[in-house]
Amino acid sequence: MSATVTTTATAPVTPTEASPQVRRRRRLSPGRRLPATRLLGPALILALWAAASAAGQLDPGAIPAPWTVLETGVHLWTDGTLPNDILTSLQRAGSGFAIGLTAGIALALAAGLSRTGEALIDGSVQLNRAIPTLGLIPLFILWLGIGETFKVAIIAIVVYIPIYLNTHSALSGIDHRFVELAEVQGLSRYAFIRRIVIPGALPGFFVGLRLGVTGSWLGLVVLEQINATSGLGYMMFQAQNYGQTDVILVGLVVYGIFGLISDSAVRLIERRVLSWRRTLSS
Amino acid sequence: MAPHAEQLTRPAVQLRGLTRSFEGRTVLDGIDLDLPAGQFTALLGHSGSGKSTLLRAVAGLDHEVAGSGRLTAPERVSVVFQDSRLLPWQRVLDNVLLGLDGKEADRKGREALAEVGLKGRERAWPNELSGGEAQRAALARSLVREPELLLADEPFGALDALTRIRMHVLLRQLWERHRPSVLLVTHDVDEAIVLADRVLVLDQGRIGLDLTIDRPHPRSYRDPLLGEYRERLLAALGVTEDHK
Repeated sequence: MSATVTTTATAPVTPTEASPQVRRRRRLSPGRRLPATRLLGPALILALWAAASAAGQLDPGAIPAPWTVLETGVHLWTDGTLPNDILTSLQRAGSGFAIGLTAGIALALAAGLSRTGEALIDGSVQLNRAIPTLGLIPLFILWLGIGETFKVAIIAIVVYIPIYLNTHSALSGIDHRFVELAEVQGLSRYAFIRRIVIPGALPGFFVGLRLGVTGSWLGLVVLEQINATSGLGYMMFQAQNYGQTDVILVGLVVYGIFGLISDSAVRLIERRVLSWRRTLSS
Repeated sequence: MAPHAEQLTRPAVQLRGLTRSFEGRTVLDGIDLDLPAGQFTALLGHSGSGKSTLLRAVAGLDHEVAGSGRLTAPERVSVVFQDSRLLPWQRVLDNVLLGLDGKEADRKGREALAEVGLKGRERAWPNELSGGEAQRAALARSLVREPELLLADEPFGALDALTRIRMHVLLRQLWERHRPSVLLVTHDVDEAIVLADRVLVLDQGRIGLDLTIDRPHPRSYRDPLLGEYRERLLAALGVTEDHK
């Protein structure tokens, strides 16, 4: 242990002397985020749209004014068609999502925790992934009829694939050092799964969950626009036949709100469950 | 001969003809070794000399390694790794209690944390700890199981020099209080001399030197009498004056 003592023999430095003051370097990062600025862009587009409509620059048949869309929305809500269609769509998306979620988790656990499960499941799911799910629609209509069952089945498939893929890859990517630790600490298989495997796979699972939620809405839109007799997509399809652009826009707005709410809900749950990660980013 | 050999009759760890090889390359070549119960032993060697292989064999962690020989070790074995290996999704106390259950567990865990100087950090996340604190928590996790044998694989290798000295003092104190057999794997000759009562040098798959260090504790790095041990160990490791 040796210590080096450095003494400065020079006279105290004053700022006016030759040695220049340290100037802060030019910042290359975008800097601190301004509050609520994410809404600025959409608000600007809305304002432009309203201004153009008010000035008579937009063809009301192609793009109706924002207030016309709002009026139509209120009208459709009060006469009961909109709540009815929303409910139907929510039921489809909800049950398809629930089934897809359960299947995705169950298959990922089975494939991730046993070699037999992996051999049986992983290849089949990878094959399933290679086929575009919406391409299965004609076959599923022939098998299950044109009722609700086939719609729920298609949504479930769209949802389970990203949940399976991300959860399975997170499960198989568990840090080997933690497996060794579990062996040293003498954990039972059950305790190992509960305290190391599942918490370790949760971040991957949430990536899959968010993709699955988006997928459920995507599947819903497609299904309701090609073969449905009720629901939001059906409402928009009918409006297309009668040239009601305002109704189509109402449908799009509702889809948008659904997407936004469900994504925020998943993010909120993710933040709660993975609270230990926040210490990393802070 | 170890000074306590008469008292410590039953060896905690016994290796007979222990051989391990990776892809045809022999790493451990028929090692015979007794570690008396309660002895603080350090195992020195170059990187790649097989010292970690030996430790992992004693810990029972070498699942897919080819080898033969007889090995006995106590039932309660704890391992401290070079990285603290704390689960980032569990708070410090839950990390310490990993694999431990029963009514007393919580109290024991808190006591162990207090013993390593982490009282008050029970609810902290591992990411909030410094490197030294994390390694203290890892020590608490191994202590709480009241091990008969403590295996440490370069536990202070990733710490800065000042923290390492503090951890040496702590480890020696903990050993004096609990008296487990310790096998400390290290490549740091000074660390081995300051901490251990017996230093083994692993060379080409065999124990090249078995040295008993008969100096009172706490030892100072600047103790001139330790210099002689240092010379002998460095020579056994193949480091001569002109290499330094």
